Amino acid sequence: MYLSIKGLSKSFGELEVLKDIEVNVEKGKVLTIMGPSGSGKTTLLRCLNALEEPSGGVFTFEDGFSLDFDKKVSKQDWLRLRRKSGMVFQSYNLFPHKTALENVTEGPIIVQKREKKQVQEMAERLLAKVGLRDKMHLYPHQLSGGQQQRVGIARALAIEPELMLFDEPTSALDPELIGEVLGVIKELANEGWTMVIVTHEVQFAEQVSDEVLFMDGGYIIEQGPPKQVLKEPKEKRTQQFLQRILNP
Amino acid sequence: MSLLNNVLLTITADMGGWELFKNSLLPMITGGIKYTIPLTLISFAVGIVLALLTAMMRLSNSRFLRAPAVAYVSAIRGTPMLVQLFIVFYGMPSLNITIDPFPSAIIAFSLNVGAYASEIIRASILSIPKGQWEAGYTVGMSHSTTLKRIILPQAARVSIPPLSNTFISLVKDTSLASLILVTELFRRAQEIAARTYDFMLIYVEAAILYWVICFLLSLVQEAIERRLSRYTAR
Ligand SMILES: Nc1ncnc2c1ncn2[C@@H]1O[C@H](COP(=O)(O)OP(=O)(O)OP(=O)(O)O)[C@@H](O)[C@H]1O
Ligand SMILES: [Mg+2]
Repeated sequence: MYLSIKGLSKSFGELEVLKDIEVNVEKGKVLTIMGPSGSGKTTLLRCLNALEEPSGGVFTFEDGFSLDFDKKVSKQDWLRLRRKSGMVFQSYNLFPHKTALENVTEGPIIVQKREKKQVQEMAERLLAKVGLRDKMHLYPHQLSGGQQQRVGIARALAIEPELMLFDEPTSALDPELIGEVLGVIKELANEGWTMVIVTHEVQFAEQVSDEVLFMDGGYIIEQGPPKQVLKEPKEKRTQQFLQRILNP
Repeated sequence: MSLLNNVLLTITADMGGWELFKNSLLPMITGGIKYTIPLTLISFAVGIVLALLTAMMRLSNSRFLRAPAVAYVSAIRGTPMLVQLFIVFYGMPSLNITIDPFPSAIIAFSLNVGAYASEIIRASILSIPKGQWEAGYTVGMSHSTTLKRIILPQAARVSIPPLSNTFISLVKDTSLASLILVTELFRRAQEIAARTYDFMLIYVEAAILYWVICFLLSLVQEAIERRLSRYTAR
């Protein structure tokens, strides 16, 4: 097991967005999160990446690193948590004033202080891997949405995270561009990356996931292998949700 | 139109006017080069540093940093430039601090630019989407590294047009320094006009010189904008 999450909760003021979340993220496995809008999927991912401060709960990693959010978390632990994962945003959030290549090298060179030439080579390899070898020197506004998102994936991979997080990586894309991004993610799954993916793409989730988690109203409603949760859901709310997105 | 006619008449009707125009060019340009332009450039540079600092203080989480910044901006924006200039030059001596005209002008104009430009810089920083901060954090950057490498370069692009306006206003405002005895362009004009009584000719000449300076500056502004905008879609 890579990460165990116990009793995770998160409130924004009065609003409780995550309630007593218990999940295990298995090493080398893909965990997919589904659920209606506002159910807390993004908030859960953001807690994993330290973009949001949980109100309570415990994270325990396989290397023994553990964080208890009921107590005060030190700045160092905070950074350590953040550096464990790479994040891919729904709206890409590429740096518009940097080329595709610079977007990828920024973290390793500036933050990790790795050797520039090595980083450059690695970044070129990563961009080639996501199919953008010939677009390296273009700025984000010169790329299509699908290409930008693939740069986003390469940028997240470049910091060599243990865990990859995807927040609806294809929701902002035109239908014909979705496939190229999902293709890259599938490849990462085959390579054995540990990933947590929020998506509404049922077919993709079925193919790529080892475990599917269905959330509603801040709770995990149902959890299990994709065949079970997506094909024969036990919970009524899961059934309704799947029906709605499969037959819109 | 009749104004323009009068001007042309003054200049062309008698060749004496033309001679005077030529003869006053040198002292005015000298005043411009010795005082107007250095006053503008130095005040603007110091003002921008002050503005960055003030903007950072206003955006910080600490009330003790925010409060003085807010007070400073409010005081400068709520009082006339000329009054600020007089306080520094004529007021300070009563506190036994006497400052020469030129440095007095530098102090007053820098403080003035600092306040106005801080608002521009603050608004530009706030205009950068939150996702850019978060993207910086997720590649491992601290708050200050994200600010320096991700946010400020983008905010600079946004703030160039309004900052250029501040800069061009400053060029013109430096004429106020004539009232604290700085012999800049406009003071030279006043001196010549007082001697020759050719007010129209001399002041129009001064206006033309300011216009030329501002025109040249707007060319520089365009060049900077072009350079900074190479990454934005057009
Ligand atoms: N910074 C915030 N401040 C206050 N409320 C917030 C904040 N972020 C999220 N929320 C609220 O938390 C709830 C869960 O939001 P979240 O973005 O996690 O949902 P989601 O499952 O990702 O939805 P979607 O499918 O629309 O992306 C929503 O009600 C949202 O309004
Ligand atoms: Mg979301």
